[in-house]
Parts: sequence; C-alpha cells; structure tokens
Amino acid sequence: MIELDNIDRALLRALQDDGSARASDLGRVVGLSQPAAWRRIKRLETGGVIKGRRALLDAVKLGYGVTVFLGIKLAAKSGVSLEDFERAVSAIPEVQLVQHVLGMYDYRLKVVATDLSDFERVLRRRIMTLPGVGDVEANVLLSEEKRGFAI
Amino acid sequence: MIDKKILRFLQVDALLSVSEIAEQVGVGTASCWRRIDRMEKANIIKERAVILDPKALGLEVEVSLRITLDKTQTDAFDRFIEAARELKEVNEIQTFLGRVDVRLNVLARDMAHYQEIYRKHILSLPHIADIEALMLVSNVMTKDGVPL
Repeated sequence: MIELDNIDRALLRALQDDGSARASDLGRVVGLSQPAAWRRIKRLETGGVIKGRRALLDAVKLGYGVTVFLGIKLAAKSGVSLEDFERAVSAIPEVQLVQHVLGMYDYRLKVVATDLSDFERVLRRRIMTLPGVGDVEANVLLSEEKRGFAI
Repeated sequence: MIDKKILRFLQVDALLSVSEIAEQVGVGTASCWRRIDRMEKANIIKERAVILDPKALGLEVEVSLRITLDKTQTDAFDRFIEAARELKEVNEIQTFLGRVDVRLNVLARDMAHYQEIYRKHILSLPHIADIEALMLVSNVMTKDGVPL
C-alpha cells in the first residue's frame, strides 16, 4: 500500500467529484503545476489506488429497465468448487457484479434485465441452473444513491 | 450499432481519446465525437467516474447492511434515508422491492472502527425493524454497467 499525503488526498477528492478531470484541471484545484499533478496521478495509478475511470451509463435509457440484486447460498453438499461457480456466474452477460460475502448468503449478484419477464428468464434459465445454487433471494432495485469514499 | 460499440469502450475506459475510439469502432473522428456529444446531452452517458480501491485508502472493511423498516410509520423511508445520508461512512443507499427495504454500504478502516459505526450511528437510525449484515470477502467481478 502506497503512502498518501494531503495533496494526494485532495487530488483523489477532486477526481471523485469530477472523473473526467485532466491533470491540468486537477493541478489547478490542488495548487500544483500540470506536470506535477500528472506525476502524482500516475503514481496513484501504478500504486493501485486509482483503478481506472469509466463512463457511467443510464441503464434504463439503454433498454435495461430492471435491476435486481440476488443473494445466493450455495447448496452445502453440492461439491461444486467456489471457482467453478464464480467462473460460470461471471460469464452470464446480464450479471454485472459478483461479490463473495460472509453472512446469510455466500454471494451477492447484480443482474440487469430489460423487464421483469426478461429477469425471470435470466433467473430460471441462467442462474438457477448454475452448479451448486441453493437458496436465492431477489430484491428489485427502486432507487440508488452513490457517493465517493470519505477520503 | 455504432453507438453501442462506442459505449462499450467508454464503459471500460473513459479516458480513451475520441480518435482512439473512432479508430476501434471504424468511424471518422468527427462523427464519433458527434455521437458521444449527443449521448452525453441525452444523458445516456451520465458521467465519467474514477474507480478507487478502498483498501488502498485504508478502508479494509466493507459491509452491506440490509435493512427492513417499520412501515407502520408512513414517513419511515424518507426519515431513514435522510438520516443515513448524514453518515460519511455510508457510500451507497439503495431502496428495494422485496424482503429488504433499504441497503446501506458501509466502509470502515477495521473491525473496531466498523463496530463503532454500527453501534453509534447505524443502530440509532430511525424506524429500523430488522438488520442483516453481509461482509464483503472479495469482489469476484465488477463490470457494474450495462451489457452492450
């Protein structure tokens, strides 16, 4: 883990506020020259603090009207390895997030679908047929607010 | 669909230049720029976001708190969410149709810090009927976008 000073933290906060900001914009915000800001950002990238930048898309406008989060418990005696389950579930295009968790479920999945009947198809044909799947709980997303980490 | 191809690239790396995307997709740079501009104005591209590693920021513990609210109180959702927004350790608030009403994503430095947040702040949020925690072991796959 790389050490972060106050300027690094200010840069990361500015990037969380505006992910499209370039080194010159960021430099201005934290009081650094463009090359100095660029060098710090590169260091944060190679140090693994910044993993990348991605465009956030409006799923509904692209035809995916339904987002469902699933809790999945693996059947105790299925004999299926976690790696096999993880590989198979990650290959389903509608599955957009796979988290291994500890608690009343083993995995947390985010699934997007065009509508509820499309979701039912994905659930029955793709997810329930995966090796080792036991209990499944579905919750349909109604609203979502996200914000950056407290840095 | 050219637009979808463009989005496929931007969804993975928002810093690609228009000319790089244009070349990959097989359209002219000016046409590619117009398409991106149009999708930004139509809010299909909502924003460009940086992806940070919470562990590299010293946030080692991540917990999903799945909460059921006491719905006999008509304003339970609004009052709960308003109070949850005040907690800086909560970085996601989602509402659901299902057994779970609300989910909070909580980030903490370590278990002691998590326990402090949970006892001092989470348990004092209004109208909670039931809480269940899922602790993140690992992110197996995080495309977290739209299949295109």
